[in-house]
Amino acid sequence: MEEKGAQINDSELNSEVGKTVESAEKKPGRKRKRISFSALIASMPMMLVAVGLFVICVGYSILLSFTKSRSFPRFNWIGLDQYERLWNTERWLVSVENMFIYGVLFVVICLVSGFVMAVFLDQKVRFESGFRTLFLYPYAMSLVVTGLVWQWMMEPSLGIQNVIQKLGWAGFEFAPLVDPEIAIYGVLVAAVWQASGLVMVLMLAGLRGIDMDIWKASRVDGISTWRTYLFIILPMMRPVIVTSLVLLAVGVVRVYDLIVAQTGGGPGIATEMPAKFVIDHITVRNNVGLGMAAATMMLLPVLAVIGPWIYREYVSPRKRS
Amino acid sequence: MKKTTGKQLITLAVSAALATSVSQAAEVEVIHWWTSGGEQKAVTVFANEFDKLGADKWADTAIAGGENARSVTMQRILGGDAPAAAQFNLSRQFEELIEEELLLDLSPIAEKEGWKDFVRPGNLLAPCVKDGGVYCVPVNIHSSQWIWTNKDVFKKAGVAEPETWEDFLKVAPKIRDAGFIPLALGGQGWQERLTFDVIMIGITDKPFWQKIWKDRDLNLASGSKMLEVFKTFGALRQHIDGGAPGRNWNDATNMVITGKAAAQVMGDWARGEFAAAGQVAEQDYGCIPGPSLRPFLTIGGDAFIFPKQEDPAVEKAQLKMASMMLNQQVQAKFNNAKGSLPVRDDVDVSLADACMKKGLALLKDEDSVIKPANTYLTPDADGQIQDLVSTFWNTPAMSPENAQKQFVSILKYAD
Repeated sequence: MEEKGAQINDSELNSEVGKTVESAEKKPGRKRKRISFSALIASMPMMLVAVGLFVICVGYSILLSFTKSRSFPRFNWIGLDQYERLWNTERWLVSVENMFIYGVLFVVICLVSGFVMAVFLDQKVRFESGFRTLFLYPYAMSLVVTGLVWQWMMEPSLGIQNVIQKLGWAGFEFAPLVDPEIAIYGVLVAAVWQASGLVMVLMLAGLRGIDMDIWKASRVDGISTWRTYLFIILPMMRPVIVTSLVLLAVGVVRVYDLIVAQTGGGPGIATEMPAKFVIDHITVRNNVGLGMAAATMMLLPVLAVIGPWIYREYVSPRKRS
Repeated sequence: MKKTTGKQLITLAVSAALATSVSQAAEVEVIHWWTSGGEQKAVTVFANEFDKLGADKWADTAIAGGENARSVTMQRILGGDAPAAAQFNLSRQFEELIEEELLLDLSPIAEKEGWKDFVRPGNLLAPCVKDGGVYCVPVNIHSSQWIWTNKDVFKKAGVAEPETWEDFLKVAPKIRDAGFIPLALGGQGWQERLTFDVIMIGITDKPFWQKIWKDRDLNLASGSKMLEVFKTFGALRQHIDGGAPGRNWNDATNMVITGKAAAQVMGDWARGEFAAAGQVAEQDYGCIPGPSLRPFLTIGGDAFIFPKQEDPAVEKAQLKMASMMLNQQVQAKFNNAKGSLPVRDDVDVSLADACMKKGLALLKDEDSVIKPANTYLTPDADGQIQDLVSTFWNTPAMSPENAQKQFVSILKYAD
């Protein structure tokens, strides 16, 4: 029974493909795919979730940002007042600045360190699986645990600084979290430590996927190993890099738990982040309107990155050869 | 196979129906932020006393940090998964929950037991009452205006314990020279704010406090007295240690207990930590109200709210819990463990130590009692003040004048 069903589906699918190809041949200027009914049914739940969660909820949030809602959503419009207050709020400005510093450095450092570690493991070192586990292990930890562990290590009177000073280097300093100027880099260290292992694994998979013939060819041409990695292998790994980039970038925008666990946004407001601003304002600060205005502002950079990409991939007529 | 499944299903359904009709036992989930050693002892009193009352069980959800706990409570209420009971500060924090009718009205039981007659001071119950309904249970009275000292450290440093902020700034360098940290501070926003408020009332008086927070007198807020508050607050920065940022309040208290630091500015809940460490009031540790020659105490405190539930069994248990929290004996046991003052007058406080007696004596005089700022300000405005104070504290480059200007503008737009 099952096999027969599968066959029917297969043949249906084939005929669908056939029709599409035919129609595509008839009208070379416009490609119109006919979507099969069963495919529509199957993707319905996903579409409902996507529309319900993303479109409706995001729209609702944006609407609320124009209201004076306090603890609860209410439609008492006040125009752009919340935005005006938002951009006059020191804490929000610090949050935005932090997100950019943290975001750029986090993505760059993770990509570089992930690639370097992957290249290192690619040298057919002994105990490779051991190293791989070691490097990936931090990723198995939640951000809350990561934050707490690094908070303790960076504590001046208990952590690494104290240990090294007791060993004899009295001038040693490693306590970024207590200095508002550099506290954000303390958070960055913890985040990189946690995430670079994942990038390494992705990169390693990418490296292993490279055809060995390329290595042979470059060796025949007498190209040094590091040049081969940098100028031949790296460009071939574009899909892996893009995947890593997207994963890391998503992590940047939503960073919340790490901050809460490691610094609580302090010292002062030195390590506040936009996501924490939003959550604080819609909960303990009883100001949903302002929180939603901040959330709407967070959506902008995401749209600025994803918008052009969607256009290029789906809307632009010159897509794919 | 099928037959048995059917039978099992029927049995299951029947037993489920029986279970709901026979046993009325409910689990009452309570969210609170009492996680330090002394606080845990206190909350255990509540849990044990409640479990003793019958089959209903106290289900403990302790979340470290008041802001975190309140944030979880709000999210769960908004998300339709409200806990059966939750801790808040006795303030405007849950005002809108009452307005939206999300909280259980406790007035039947409040009237029966006569809460209005025994809860004191008179206006303590005020944040709970709205249009004749009673929506929260105050469980204790805490005051924030205290300095806790290690007597031994002051002796070793050869200086007297301070009675005013001026005194403290004078003796602090000598304490530092003797090899101790003058002031143990937990560098979290709310603790910096608490210190700020203590300094404010410490160098001013009750009319000033009320004009700033209650009447929002902008002239006074931009005046020289307020500037002095910011300056005195800023002057304290040099007397803490480098590890302060992010430290929990009880870790700071522990620095005083172990003799690393000389003093800590903290509410009277710190007393519970000293007691849990086996120290004796006014022998091992000192408590100075104010510090000021004319000390004032805020009567803040903790309260429990009871979000509405669908299950009538839980609602019954909620009422039972509310009544238990105000019970005479429970109030005595709980507050002795917590280091706070009971909310009713007829409680036996003979067990009170020297520090509690100081507080009780002050509370007898209505003139020395003030209300915390968060009973006058919305959490939004109060939070903005906290952000400002915390930024000022952690940015020595920021001038007191600049901080004062921002302070005035927050008060101006506060609702």
